[in-house]
Amino acid sequence: MPRFILTVNGKEQSVSVAPDTPLLWVLRDDLGLTGTKYSCGRGLCGTCTIHLDGEPTRSCMTTIEYAEDQEITTIEGLSQDGLHPVQKAWIAEDVPQCGYCQSGQIMTAAALLRENSMPTDSDIDVAMKMNLCRCGTYQRIRKAIHRAAEEMRRG
Amino acid sequence: MAEQTTISRRDFIKVSSAAGAGLVIGFYLPAKNRLLAAGIESQKSFEPNVWIAINTDNSVTLTVGRSEMGQGVRTSLPMIIADEMDLDWSQVQVSQAPAHPDRYGSQSTGSSRSVRTLWTPLRKAGATAREMLLEAASRQWMVNKSECYTENGAVIHSKSERKLAYGDLTTSAAKLPVPPKVSLKSAEEFTIIGKNIPRTDTPQKVDGTATFAMDIEIPGMVHATVVRCPIFGGKLKSFDSRKAMQIDGVLDVFEIEEGLAVVAESTWNSFEGRKAVDIIWDEGATGDLDSSKIDEMLISRSKKKGAVGRKAGNAKRALSESAKIIDAVYEAPFQAHATMEPMCCVADVRNDMCKIWAPTQLPQRAQKDAAKITGLPIEKVELNVTFLGGGFGRRSFNDFVSDAVEISKRITKPVKLLWAREDDMQHDYYRPVSRHILKGGLNEHGDVTALTHRVVAPSIIFSSYVTFPVPFREKLDKVALEGAKNVAYNIPNILVDYKMANTAIPVGWWRSVYDSQNAFATECFIDELATAAEKDPFEFRLELLSNSPRDAGVLHLAAEESGWNTKPPIGRYRGISCHASFGSYVAQVAEVSVENDDLRVHRVVCAIDCGQVVNPSIVKAQMESGIVYGLSATLKGEITIERGRVAQSNFHDFPLLRIDETPEIEVYLVNSSEPPTGVGEPGLPPIAPAVANAVFAASGKRIRRLPIRMGDLPGA
Ligand code: FES
Ligand code: FES
Repeated sequence: MPRFILTVNGKEQSVSVAPDTPLLWVLRDDLGLTGTKYSCGRGLCGTCTIHLDGEPTRSCMTTIEYAEDQEITTIEGLSQDGLHPVQKAWIAEDVPQCGYCQSGQIMTAAALLRENSMPTDSDIDVAMKMNLCRCGTYQRIRKAIHRAAEEMRRG
Repeated sequence: MAEQTTISRRDFIKVSSAAGAGLVIGFYLPAKNRLLAAGIESQKSFEPNVWIAINTDNSVTLTVGRSEMGQGVRTSLPMIIADEMDLDWSQVQVSQAPAHPDRYGSQSTGSSRSVRTLWTPLRKAGATAREMLLEAASRQWMVNKSECYTENGAVIHSKSERKLAYGDLTTSAAKLPVPPKVSLKSAEEFTIIGKNIPRTDTPQKVDGTATFAMDIEIPGMVHATVVRCPIFGGKLKSFDSRKAMQIDGVLDVFEIEEGLAVVAESTWNSFEGRKAVDIIWDEGATGDLDSSKIDEMLISRSKKKGAVGRKAGNAKRALSESAKIIDAVYEAPFQAHATMEPMCCVADVRNDMCKIWAPTQLPQRAQKDAAKITGLPIEKVELNVTFLGGGFGRRSFNDFVSDAVEISKRITKPVKLLWAREDDMQHDYYRPVSRHILKGGLNEHGDVTALTHRVVAPSIIFSSYVTFPVPFREKLDKVALEGAKNVAYNIPNILVDYKMANTAIPVGWWRSVYDSQNAFATECFIDELATAAEKDPFEFRLELLSNSPRDAGVLHLAAEESGWNTKPPIGRYRGISCHASFGSYVAQVAEVSVENDDLRVHRVVCAIDCGQVVNPSIVKAQMESGIVYGLSATLKGEITIERGRVAQSNFHDFPLLRIDETPEIEVYLVNSSEPPTGVGEPGLPPIAPAVANAVFAASGKRIRRLPIRMGDLPGA
């Protein structure tokens, strides 16, 4: 089995798996980073979203081979203390219900805010519409993104 | 005024203290059902179902026996105890109870019942603990108890301002007899109940540390997935696993009770293996079943009389004598639960014990099933309830737990079982398909004189999933009439009956159950009657609710907050509905636009009366959640049957509502000190009719089938 060297949350890791293995399962089953979740396995729901070189990416559709030379960030590495402005805003707005989709939602939102410090509602729609939430936390997600944006602007 | 309550002989209380461990109080507070309680009482007099542990470091651990699936029980239930006990909320820790046959009472989580059934037991438990701590402090100070009060986890002597933290009183309190009478707080005295206390599970749910079953890792564990027969009622004929076994990491493929198991070194290997197994299925009798055949069966059954669930006056005669008769047929399809977390479970079966981690709404049943599968006595089956990645009724069925136990038993290794999304969607217990035949009569003044509603649908309670058509005896399934038989409208002649129409498709409890279809049919039809009577839909309902103040109250509130009597923005139209379920009263106004068949829901105003609100933020979240869940079934996906199987397999053909389609939702809570009632489900039923009625206002087209497909409407 080929060996791959990955940079995950700033740390180098090596794994031996088939080259077409989705990054999602390497993160979860080989590296024990279980904050990233599986839901559809086909790029349809956004639950498995991580950052590849800062870009929000579906880890269920990304092969390990493709991810090898890029910086991988998961929910565990988004902030040192779990208090990225997006995470703080999520707490303040009481966003999660079952919580299952929230790692993906937060990773997508954090990527949006890095690009766009003052997103409008329609910017939020465009960025977030591929992230499903069966508990229907969308309204609070929207509010929390505005709140996080404000905090980030204030610095 | 504080309310006095007696701790009766049936309220067994067990107090214990171990050196250094503080005080543990377990309460056995019987269920509502007296007979049942008495039965339990005689055999199991010391099995408490409420647990409060006061630790010597002043922290207090409250054990929650219900499953957390997003509805907030790990926050709302502890809030109730903490308030009566006068705890310092920052010192409260919450622990999840594992399954136990009786230690935590019923652990079944569903029917929006956690807060409403535990409200009184939890308050009594908290008040008793508080009373004992108060007594212990007053004895230590040798003062009159009436000179002392409790606050923020401490007893205070008012005159001397001396203070003793609960943690310092555990040893002495443990020696006291349990007080025969305690007083419960009045609503004005609540300090925690009614507040927006942040959920206790949020921090773990934003940094990825919340543990779902899928995240459990135990040494030596392997991974597994299943392949189930796609045809309901079919079974495995033969399989060839040679190709699958050639895939790296695939360890084993074997037959289980419900199809095949593929065991592998990683989840991905098991998924790859699953695709590579060649299988021949025996299609059984259902191989040619499809949605149109099911519809035909429902139509033919709808022509015959059903079992009567409600009868007032003589509806038949009243209809024949009415000035105007309106009739309509409404239809709702099968729906999947589609929790974001597919079915999964971790099991470790050994010779002498079995450990399970399961996201289940019915832990006690899962434990029992596991004992049966393994042949172990129940006390050797440890079942830990993890967070649930959504429940909505799906996880009241434990088929996935049984799978995991069966696989682990066979391979004698711990296993993490995960169903692929496709299996999850095609092997659900679906919301039953339904057909509703309604007739209404109006007199010359436009008053409703009669209403009949026949519900034709598979029965969840009396279902059998084996053959089609299923032989069954006609029975009245009262659950199938929930939301149809209990219409609050003051109509002199009512007849509601139920015609059973079982199919081979497994049906189950889908968020708000039959209330979702029955409210759609009833509340849309009431709108049709209003139109026929040439009355405003809100005024028309209000008139009919003159004897139902709580229904009328929410209707009024929703209408007022939505600006019902003002003009909506240009191009927008409003629809209204109201429906009571799970003890709560909800009304909603939806504001929509329809342009060239493009239907958009822009705003939903929701009013709820759920009695005393325990946590407003959680109640509002549950309303938002029920509305979004209901909108998916109103606007987006449905489950259809082709060749005996579910035609949909993933989110591309079973789409869910997305953020850009989500309306602005405003929730208004009625201020009430009635005992609390359900919130997990009641927000859902009114949304489909509110939207459908708004579509009528916008387009003049009546929506009588869900989900709404504007292009398919007659005249479109
Ligand atoms: S699991 Fe990757 S997009 Fe759904
Ligand atoms: S919080 Fe449950 S799926 Fe989003």
